[in-house]
Amino acid sequence: MSENRHPLFYPLVVLGGLIQGFGLAYSGMARPEVVLDFLQFEDMGLVFVMGGAAVVSGVLFFAVPRLFDRAPLTGDAYGRRVRSMDRNVVAGGVVFGVGWGISGICPGAAYASVGIGNLTILWAIAGMFLGAYAQGYWRSRTRSGAAGSVPNDD
Amino acid sequence: MPVRRSGTRPGHVKPLLRVAHKTEVNDTERGLLVAAPTTGHGWSAVSVALQLAAELFPNGVTQYAVGGVLVAAGIGVIYLGTAIIPGNSTFLETTLSYVSDQPRFRRPTYLASRNWRVVFAVSIVAGAALWGLVLDPGAFTTEVQPWRLFGGGVLVGIGTRIGKGCTAGHGVCGLGSASRTSVVNVALFVLVAMVTAAVLGALGVAP
Repeated sequence: MSENRHPLFYPLVVLGGLIQGFGLAYSGMARPEVVLDFLQFEDMGLVFVMGGAAVVSGVLFFAVPRLFDRAPLTGDAYGRRVRSMDRNVVAGGVVFGVGWGISGICPGAAYASVGIGNLTILWAIAGMFLGAYAQGYWRSRTRSGAAGSVPNDD
Repeated sequence: MPVRRSGTRPGHVKPLLRVAHKTEVNDTERGLLVAAPTTGHGWSAVSVALQLAAELFPNGVTQYAVGGVLVAAGIGVIYLGTAIIPGNSTFLETTLSYVSDQPRFRRPTYLASRNWRVVFAVSIVAGAALWGLVLDPGAFTTEVQPWRLFGGGVLVGIGTRIGKGCTAGHGVCGLGSASRTSVVNVALFVLVAMVTAAVLGALGVAP
């Protein structure tokens, strides 16, 4: 892959990942037990993790595009994260929900969980790759799947 | 209500922080709760509210809110510099493009973003490790059974990719973007996860 990235592009991605990983560990979300406690109404603190993060990023997503034109490291215009609504969003949410309720772990929290020494979580990450592969294999064989739902972040 | 698995998380508690939270919050609440009945009717509503808060948030909310703000800050620095809004589950598919020729994984947008997504995921691992080094809680190992992690993980992998996002992509970035698609997705996966956890609890699956 030839990449013409700004020299600060990767350092910034590293910085962002470090902060997010630290935050996921600090919040407790990297521990499946904490998520399962939330899902069983024993400790609703997780509302403040996702809610707090959504509020702060919401402020950013609405303020930054009004203050600046283009991002310094890519020259891209600032936008929001909006995906089209279809049946996949519903089906995917339900399947993800069953998986989250069984395992107590989601992708970002799983990566952070490795960082706090929880190697057992590699079972979950292996499962996630297998699941992602299975749906990709299946969708590669249906025209709509291969073309649909392209993420716009590059 | 399932039996509380209070004995299932040794090692994960950061003693100083947890203890500080608990005594701080509970002392305040206890003081008010004791004072409430003797100081008139207005206090009973406050007392009920505090009791409910203590029930719902037995460990306080500080660590959760601070963690959430940091999660957003990580997204924010990348967004400010690049205009990219980084989710966490696309990494699963873009990384598969290194080893698979399936057309789904080899779309141009995936090939273009797969390198930084690997860097991002590895940095999340490192950031969490940094938390361990700085605050020294000792290594944590989950007691949730491997079949739950693996089986649940498979469904998380399928569901997040079909549904166009995960807890970060829809739950943080999508909600932060006031995206109706994300509101629908998040409401569904949280509700379904609660029902799933309740069913497993009723079946006696623990941890």
